[in-house]
Amino acid sequence: MWSYAIRRILATIPVLCVVAIIVFLLLRLSPGDPAAIIAGDNATVDDIAMIRAQLGLDRPLLQQFVFWLGQLLSGDFGNSIYLARPVIGLIMERVEPTLALSVTTMAFAMLLAIPMGVLAAWRAGSWVDQTIMALSVLAFSVPVFLIGYGLVIGFSLTLDLLPVQGFVSLSDDPLQFLRHLVLPTIALGLVYSALLARITRATMLETLNEDFIRTARAKGLAEPRVLLLHALKNASVPIVTTIGTGLALLIGGVVVTESVFAIPGIGRLTIEAVLQRDYPVIQGVILVIAAVYVFVNLAIDLAYPLLDPRIRF
Amino acid sequence: MSTTILGASLAEQPRRRASLLRRMRRYPLPTIGALLLILLVASALGAPWIATHDPFEMNVVDRLQPPNADYWFGTDAYGRDMFSRTLHGGRVSLVIGIAVAVASTIIGLVIGVIAGYFRLADAILMRIMDGLMAIPGILLAIALMSLTRASVWVVVVAITIPEIPRVVRLVRAVVLTVREQIYIEAATAIGTGFPRLMLKHILPNTLAPLIVQATYIAASAVLVESYLSFLGVGTPPEVPSWGNIIAEGRLYVQIAFWNILFPSVFLGLMVLSINILGDGLRDMLDPRLARRL
Amino acid sequence: MAFDAAEAPVLVVDGLRTEFATGEGPPSVAVHDLSFTVRRGETLCIVGESGCGKSLTALSILRLLPRPYGRIGAGRVLLDGQDLAQISDAEMRAVRGRAISMIFQEPMSSLNPVLTIGRQIAETVMVHEQLDWSACMGRALEMLRQVRIPEPERRLQEYPHQLSGGMRQRVMIAMALVCRPRVLLADEPTTALDVTIQAQILDLVRDLQQETGTAVILITHDLGVVAEMAERVLVMYAGNKVEEGSVTEIFDAPTHPYTRGLMAAMPHLGGGQGHRGRLNEIPGVVPALHARPPGCSFAPRCPLVLDKCRVEAPPLLGVGGTHAAACWVTAGNA
Repeated sequence: MWSYAIRRILATIPVLCVVAIIVFLLLRLSPGDPAAIIAGDNATVDDIAMIRAQLGLDRPLLQQFVFWLGQLLSGDFGNSIYLARPVIGLIMERVEPTLALSVTTMAFAMLLAIPMGVLAAWRAGSWVDQTIMALSVLAFSVPVFLIGYGLVIGFSLTLDLLPVQGFVSLSDDPLQFLRHLVLPTIALGLVYSALLARITRATMLETLNEDFIRTARAKGLAEPRVLLLHALKNASVPIVTTIGTGLALLIGGVVVTESVFAIPGIGRLTIEAVLQRDYPVIQGVILVIAAVYVFVNLAIDLAYPLLDPRIRF
Repeated sequence: MSTTILGASLAEQPRRRASLLRRMRRYPLPTIGALLLILLVASALGAPWIATHDPFEMNVVDRLQPPNADYWFGTDAYGRDMFSRTLHGGRVSLVIGIAVAVASTIIGLVIGVIAGYFRLADAILMRIMDGLMAIPGILLAIALMSLTRASVWVVVVAITIPEIPRVVRLVRAVVLTVREQIYIEAATAIGTGFPRLMLKHILPNTLAPLIVQATYIAASAVLVESYLSFLGVGTPPEVPSWGNIIAEGRLYVQIAFWNILFPSVFLGLMVLSINILGDGLRDMLDPRLARRL
Repeated sequence: MAFDAAEAPVLVVDGLRTEFATGEGPPSVAVHDLSFTVRRGETLCIVGESGCGKSLTALSILRLLPRPYGRIGAGRVLLDGQDLAQISDAEMRAVRGRAISMIFQEPMSSLNPVLTIGRQIAETVMVHEQLDWSACMGRALEMLRQVRIPEPERRLQEYPHQLSGGMRQRVMIAMALVCRPRVLLADEPTTALDVTIQAQILDLVRDLQQETGTAVILITHDLGVVAEMAERVLVMYAGNKVEEGSVTEIFDAPTHPYTRGLMAAMPHLGGGQGHRGRLNEIPGVVPALHARPPGCSFAPRCPLVLDKCRVEAPPLLGVGGTHAAACWVTAGNA
């Protein structure tokens, strides 16, 4: 049991190394002189030379990498060129809105999509199923900003029920914190729900054809118990896996949603960094997000035996 | 026995002729998707002829007009005709959708076949793919966009790279299954070279799921392009792509919502129609996959 | 324990017709005009090849036909006089697992792999008898002892994959009998098991039947099982009852050509002239649901077929005692 867990944990190391190499090479292998691109159009030769020295671009590639990796491992993600402050500090300042929006979106999507997927599978082929599936293709296809601006126009500008934009910290005002999250959560959650509803329906459809479902019904169990305990628990592994891999999609959506609702999170930090060509910040954000993705999926993998006793480490 | 086979093949003939119409009636959704897509593609290709105005022509007097008889979709902050701009916006999306789907499928196919066939390459390539998959596609695309001056082709590259790992995984899985099968071993024993082996056995088995996957990638690419442009890191701002039009219109959302409504709806419809088409293709080409998703 | 043969039957199936919707056109008939009864403590065996409708008969009784295509087209299923085909879904759920239970062929796939044995047995008690959870688990433990599972306390906490095939079928039986049902439907309960385990499971069913007076409907294609377990036998072919009688009547004087074919295909039990090599198979296969011939459905495979058989289906006619068969040939002889 422990040997599998340890092997699975160790397996994250090469993935993280590859991420680091990709992030490192992106800047170095890009066409043109990265220092000149970062410095911008109006930079002098001295400016460019300074940036090159600051990023260590004047040294041999391997030496650069070893030095950079050493810094990373000691927790030093470098300094922002534009703001001249440690990248990790900038990220920590912006983490709350992004984390809050991700968590509420995930919760919203699960609460909406799993019952919908179960219902669609239960009544497979009926108009209920077809409606749910049609809506999920629709939600998956509609751009976040169409739903986002639609909600803003409807609920904020017309009905004046919710704030238009922005973010309030949980520690400042919990009620305002929630009110500001409602519309972005729905806008982004609908997209993510579509993905979850589809996988829930597909796995439930398979599970509902199993013999033990017939046994459960033959015992006289009511349908809610058959569906939610006997079937959904069996279908949970693929659903949870999709929640994990869907995290990449969710984070991509968060970046756009933050922009629509003017939420000062990591997505906005990234965009600001791109517009200022502040490459160390972009690098830092990618490394942190990729690490979160890898560790969340690690946690999900390690949780499988809790969901299905047949899976042994 | 032979009579029944003959009878079956005779019965097959008229059925096959009627099958397209019948299929269209049996699967109304994919049919609607295909028709919608044809309509959108036609409107994008025919934009120079269908458009009522020059999409770049500014009429400051007519700025932020609501939809009316002259400007069907209204005008933007510079007095440009939204109908014409929306039609032209489809051209960029179309090019990017097709280019990304083709590029990521071909590159993914090559890498996937190599990974599936050569054990040593497999370990290295799949670690790289795992690493790529750990980075959210939009973030990676944003990072790539930050490195060079924006152009439509840079956008294509930036969207293609994050899409590759999924294709590689799909192709590799098929290659691994196929190469276990005896006929491959038999073919190797006879001395068929590797390239011929691939063409004869692996490609036909990968084709159906690959076409389905390419369709979904095209839909995703259209969406991602609009996101990148919307965020200001995509197609150069002077190109009227849907994302750029929406990004410009967002400033006036309170007084001229049509500036984001029409391009968003066109964008949504295009992605929707491609996705529906993908679902339909999946059901038709690959029933095994259809059961899984 | 002896049971009064004159007592009213526990379960009466009367004119049951099970249909499957086929998109366009009339539905396919999977079970056609089937009638039979079982009394308390009695064992009725339903015999036939796979596809003859015997499992669908059991699922019809419990109203568990595959949705949305399967349905009961006509007939009554009377449990102590109450027609199960007419009651509400909620009333039907109260019958399932309490008054009528069922055990299935594949004990592995029929148990939920992610729930403990104890939980799966106890929840049956919980939904039918409003007891608290520890009392339900107590009943589950007691039931595991009754089906002679070693170390029952430990088994309660285990999952199906940790048990052997025979143990799993014992668990299924425990689950089915924990609420003391009036009728037990056993659909090929031993087919998936080793021969030695088969005998143990059949013994167990018989012993528990003696203790509880449960009526057993045993569905099988194995005449060896029939000979060992049955008091009465019902032979089905292509959705129709073709022969019915006591176990001695059927084995001593099989009447319908199909029954005779089944007997000939069976290795002789304890007989001196045991078959060597190939058994006598009945040539051909059961006709598909949508391709049943007019007239007697066995006619295409019947060695004694008459012209009349291909036109008109024979009625079920008495051939002495409780014995009846549906065949034009033997009707002429009788």
